[in-house]
Amino acid sequence: MNTESFEIKAYPEMWKDLGMDVERFDKMRLMLGEIYCKTYLTQKNRPARMAYFDEMIAEIHGGRIKELLAAKAEGHPVIGTFCVYIPEEVVLAAGGICVGLCGGSQGSIPDAETILPRNICPMVKSAFGFKVGRVCPYMQVVDFVYGETTCDAKKKTWEILDTMVPTYVMEIPQMKKQSDREMWLHEVKEFKAKIEEVSGKEVTVEGLNEAVKVMNSKRRALQRLNTLRHTHPTPISGKDVLLVEQIAFYDEPVRFAAKVNDLCDELEKRIADGEAVPAKDAIRIMVAGVPMALPNWKLHHLVEGAGAVIVNEESCIGTRYYKDLMDEDGKDMETILADLTKRYMNIDCSCFTPNDERIDQVLKEFRESQADGIIHYSLQFCHTYNIEEIRIREACIKEGIPYMFIESDYSPEDVGQIQTRVEAFLEQIHG
Amino acid sequence: MDKTQEAEKKMFVGVDLGSRAIKIAAWQEGKMVDFKIRESGFEPHRQVQEMIKEYEPCSVVATGYGRHLVKEYFAYEVITEIKAHGLGVHAVLPEATTVVDIGGQDSKVISLDGRGQVVNFQMNDKCAAGTGRFLEIMAASLAYPLSEFGPAALESDQEVQINSMCTVFAESEVISLKNRGIPRQHIARAVQASVADRILSMLNRVGYGDTIAFSGGVANNPCIVEMVRRRLDNVQVIVPDNPSIIGALGASIQAGRAR
Repeated sequence: MNTESFEIKAYPEMWKDLGMDVERFDKMRLMLGEIYCKTYLTQKNRPARMAYFDEMIAEIHGGRIKELLAAKAEGHPVIGTFCVYIPEEVVLAAGGICVGLCGGSQGSIPDAETILPRNICPMVKSAFGFKVGRVCPYMQVVDFVYGETTCDAKKKTWEILDTMVPTYVMEIPQMKKQSDREMWLHEVKEFKAKIEEVSGKEVTVEGLNEAVKVMNSKRRALQRLNTLRHTHPTPISGKDVLLVEQIAFYDEPVRFAAKVNDLCDELEKRIADGEAVPAKDAIRIMVAGVPMALPNWKLHHLVEGAGAVIVNEESCIGTRYYKDLMDEDGKDMETILADLTKRYMNIDCSCFTPNDERIDQVLKEFRESQADGIIHYSLQFCHTYNIEEIRIREACIKEGIPYMFIESDYSPEDVGQIQTRVEAFLEQIHG
Repeated sequence: MDKTQEAEKKMFVGVDLGSRAIKIAAWQEGKMVDFKIRESGFEPHRQVQEMIKEYEPCSVVATGYGRHLVKEYFAYEVITEIKAHGLGVHAVLPEATTVVDIGGQDSKVISLDGRGQVVNFQMNDKCAAGTGRFLEIMAASLAYPLSEFGPAALESDQEVQINSMCTVFAESEVISLKNRGIPRQHIARAVQASVADRILSMLNRVGYGDTIAFSGGVANNPCIVEMVRRRLDNVQVIVPDNPSIIGALGASIQAGRAR
């Protein structure tokens, strides 16, 4: 796809029906299209099968919304999510659809700041601002929003968001003791009752096993993609893989898995042909830390613009979402839900204490990805990741891994400083 | 003249296009033979072009905030200020393994190995706290020319506290101290002490050796240098001659290496 012909398609009438601020949203659409062209379509030697994902961006505010509206008309509820703790298997088994809500844009933050305090996480503000400004079609389509208690900014924002869109909150424990696991199993059961009530469809053992297969296939496809990009030299840019990981949160899961596998087939061929992106001797960087929600491509763009390549995202929009699978043929509901609880409790979010598993996981992914260094990326005011960074840094120093910490938000004002730091980090690795 | 001698006669130029000033260093036969400093102004690349014309350099390496702009026009290579200050300090003070570099809009602490290679560094994020710009604004609000700001503060012997490092909040603190009738040299001292404290906290984060080189424009301020010295035991803090051209010097050395 060339940069001239790309645009994010406009659906003003549908947006109007969804109660959106059409005029303003249309400007945001043009801006997003421009940023996408600049960030993505100027890349050289992209895999041809990224075309599907380009199309998913072109139709992000149209084609996919139409599909969701059609599904809703057939009685499938749509649940807006913010976190990888959403038990997606349960939602699918009840005939529901999960969509990750927008939360990576500076554009909606001024809307949020008309209500919320300024000194909180930009992701929470961005997502909340999309509802306040009526500038996210996904936010308008959902039957309810799934919230959780992984941080203080989120859990208190849900109370306010609930006055604008129904918001269901699941309690995520902060420790992983037996009592916490039991509490979370109980939360899963309550959530199952909630989704059954909204969809009017009972979650059965067969249905749940089927949903587990769908989710496992999707996660396996992402695992395959991640393993392939770990090849030295890598056949795909970090930006492109991040895009696929971001689209994972709003695409239809069966089709998405098939498209990711198609892309993987192409990458296997590229590897066999020795085709590398960008240069064979590019410095390889692994990113660890907080999720980079669409369209937060800031760090990847800077790192790859400086001639390096990102080869792994240890993040919720990254391995944390797909590293763990579930057993596919659970005998009864109790066994499946226990297995589900176990799977989700393996997620090593920094909201847990202690969280030693994450340090091991970062080191494991560093070795697997054959990276030359780690950049820990955190959003401003994300206390748990910002503090856990200390332990990640200590582990990297101990292992002799080149390491840098970047704390940022969605605004462009620190791009100059971050660029200097990234380039200096690459110089340091290069020696 | 044989070929090696000819190569040694070659002129290499380093350009440090900073937020406040353009610094140029000319390197020939293994030493710096000339340098220039000028305010950045507008269209800095044109100024640079004019400033380096007389050297007829065989290679130019750029550093500083405008490095990529210079590269677009004529530089052979760009390096970051961090690497440039490492190279520059290593050339003039090889015993220093730690560099404090405070420029117009950022502050850095750089840790070097014995060959002048960067092993670790810390740099401020987007805020201008503790940078040259911060000092300029504080000096202006106390009606000092920048060159007198440091010497005036050295004359004060009174401890007053400035708590905020944020340029905006610190300025309000300065105003409220002025309006409590506190003499301005005491306030000047407090402002500079707060910058020294911040440098110390960055040094503690990165770690430091027994010789610290202080480079960048802010090293021209004798009060800040003195206050950093007083805060460190058994450590030498050395300001090289012309500390603001160290980055340009490092870039010129890189230019000599690259060709």
